Amino acid sequence: MPTYLDFEKPIAALEGKIEELRHLDTGGDINIAEEVSKLQAKADRLLSQAYGKLTPWDKVQVARHPDRPHAIDCIDHLIEDFTPLAGDRAFSEDAAILGGLGRFRRRSVMVIGNEKGSDTESRVRRNFGMARPEGYRKARRLMKLADQFQLPVITLVDTAGAYPGIGAEERGQAEAIARSIEACMTLRVPIVSAIVGEGGSGGAIALAGADRVLMMEHAVYSVISPEGCASILWRSGDAAKQAAEALRLTAQDLLKMKVIDRIIDEPMGGAHRQRNVAMDALGDAIAEALDEVIGIDGGTLRAMRREKFLEMGKTPLD
Amino acid sequence: MNWLTNFVRPRIRALVGKQGVPDNLWHKCTACEQMIFHRELSANLYVCTHCGHHMRMSAKDRLAMMFDGDSTQTIELPETIDDPLKFRDQKRYGDRLKEARAKTGINDAILVAHGEIGGIPAVIAAFDFRFMGGSMGTAVGDGLIAAARLAILQDAPLIVFPSSGGARMQEGILALMQMTRSTIAVQEIREAGLPYIVVLTDPTTGGVSASFAMLGDISIAEPGAIIGFAGARVIESTIHETLPEGFQRAEYLLEHGMIDMVVPRHELRDTLIRVLDLLRNRNPAAEVVALPKSEAAADDQGNPAPEL
Ligand SMILES: [Zn+2]
Repeated sequence: MPTYLDFEKPIAALEGKIEELRHLDTGGDINIAEEVSKLQAKADRLLSQAYGKLTPWDKVQVARHPDRPHAIDCIDHLIEDFTPLAGDRAFSEDAAILGGLGRFRRRSVMVIGNEKGSDTESRVRRNFGMARPEGYRKARRLMKLADQFQLPVITLVDTAGAYPGIGAEERGQAEAIARSIEACMTLRVPIVSAIVGEGGSGGAIALAGADRVLMMEHAVYSVISPEGCASILWRSGDAAKQAAEALRLTAQDLLKMKVIDRIIDEPMGGAHRQRNVAMDALGDAIAEALDEVIGIDGGTLRAMRREKFLEMGKTPLD
Repeated sequence: MNWLTNFVRPRIRALVGKQGVPDNLWHKCTACEQMIFHRELSANLYVCTHCGHHMRMSAKDRLAMMFDGDSTQTIELPETIDDPLKFRDQKRYGDRLKEARAKTGINDAILVAHGEIGGIPAVIAAFDFRFMGGSMGTAVGDGLIAAARLAILQDAPLIVFPSSGGARMQEGILALMQMTRSTIAVQEIREAGLPYIVVLTDPTTGGVSASFAMLGDISIAEPGAIIGFAGARVIESTIHETLPEGFQRAEYLLEHGMIDMVVPRHELRDTLIRVLDLLRNRNPAAEVVALPKSEAAADDQGNPAPEL
């Protein structure tokens, strides 16, 4: 049973009808087959209309869709010989951030990604993708390792944010994030980041200081969740929709501000409907981005990366 | 209520007659709620004369307190685009900026100055919490970058005094990008071989703590300052637990190994002068003495001794 978002309700009704008809033992009834294809065409039309004019708040829902490909799916689909590496060498392993060596389109790479989990067990184990300091310290360790062995770094960002907990604070959540940002800006090897779902605040930027920042068409990337912003500035969680508009968190707005470098088109109806198509597009975009920066001398590459971030904020929206 | 509010204040009111006493002549301590005469409070560096609570200071007062005499030279910061997103919540961000500027007399939440501290040339960037909670947007990020570059130009250490609730939401993603931009400023200072000292003051939270503020070569905090990533209310509502006593206070961070020291405001200047002087290490290099064999097994970091 697929998960339907609020704005997909009319499509859900149609697709339900189609399923029903398909399950009728029709014995090849030509009329029913015709009806099915008519309904299907209508559903497709509705879908493409709906996804053609998603509001920022709709996109927040799509970005959080449970069936959306997560980092682990992307790694599974795009990386050969993936060899996970665990632990921060100080306190523990944090499964909210996944990382390891692997081969991407014939190149050895280091892959690091936020992983939210996909069922109750894995969601709990991965803390719903909200990392503790150990996760960021692991990420930093792996980035340094990549630098040591001249391996490009690929990061897949998909998190609501860093975990707000007592232990996380005691063990230096802020410091861990700061050091991870610093690591991104220290690398002499190429780093390409893709915001695949939710780019939530400090927990996201910790992994997204990259030479090329790519973003899926319906992903979101923001300084604060719309709900958090609404509760602070509107003093009401109900204003999340307005906050989502005001924050300009869509890939389309972020490209205009030159905060991201490229938008990766999603298949009709969002990445969760045709996961492999979406992940192939992601792979192609990462490969192209890597091709642009591989071969540039490490010192120059790092200087260019820093310069790119220093230039941000100088391009007004509109 | 106490004798000050009940007795002294009405008497002064009576003395000065109809014009009354401007409210800003008196401060109520936010911790013990005692009233303190403004002149007394400012002479005491905004530390409560009753309970020792360290109150927030304006950036201007902070700079004046740190630098020698009148050596403070505040620099003009680069111009930035006001309200890049045309952000509007219940109020326009543009209007909030105007109000904050009128209220504080400064352009944004940071001031950068150079001068001498104990005769040592230094650059200081000080946050002003009164300006939209000291929140960090592009102007603040640019201020930190300018401070780092000024320090490099003058071959001087950089000292930053954050006092901020975090990123400025009204600048959306551009506020988030300041975490990276301010980190680059720190890297520039570090790569120039200059000391970078952070004095964490109340409060240092959110995106400010998770970037430049936690990257100091030396991290000092003022007593009682709230320092942390997530806000206490967010944590409570996530874990449904009451937070431990003193949670996210400077002393708590010290205990957990997150900062080097907690220094009362009265000792801050002397401490900074001493630290800067020691870091500068202007003495000639120490004589190299060969280690006796028995001590050569490993150094105190546990690194094996080099092959002899
Ligand atoms: Zn007091």
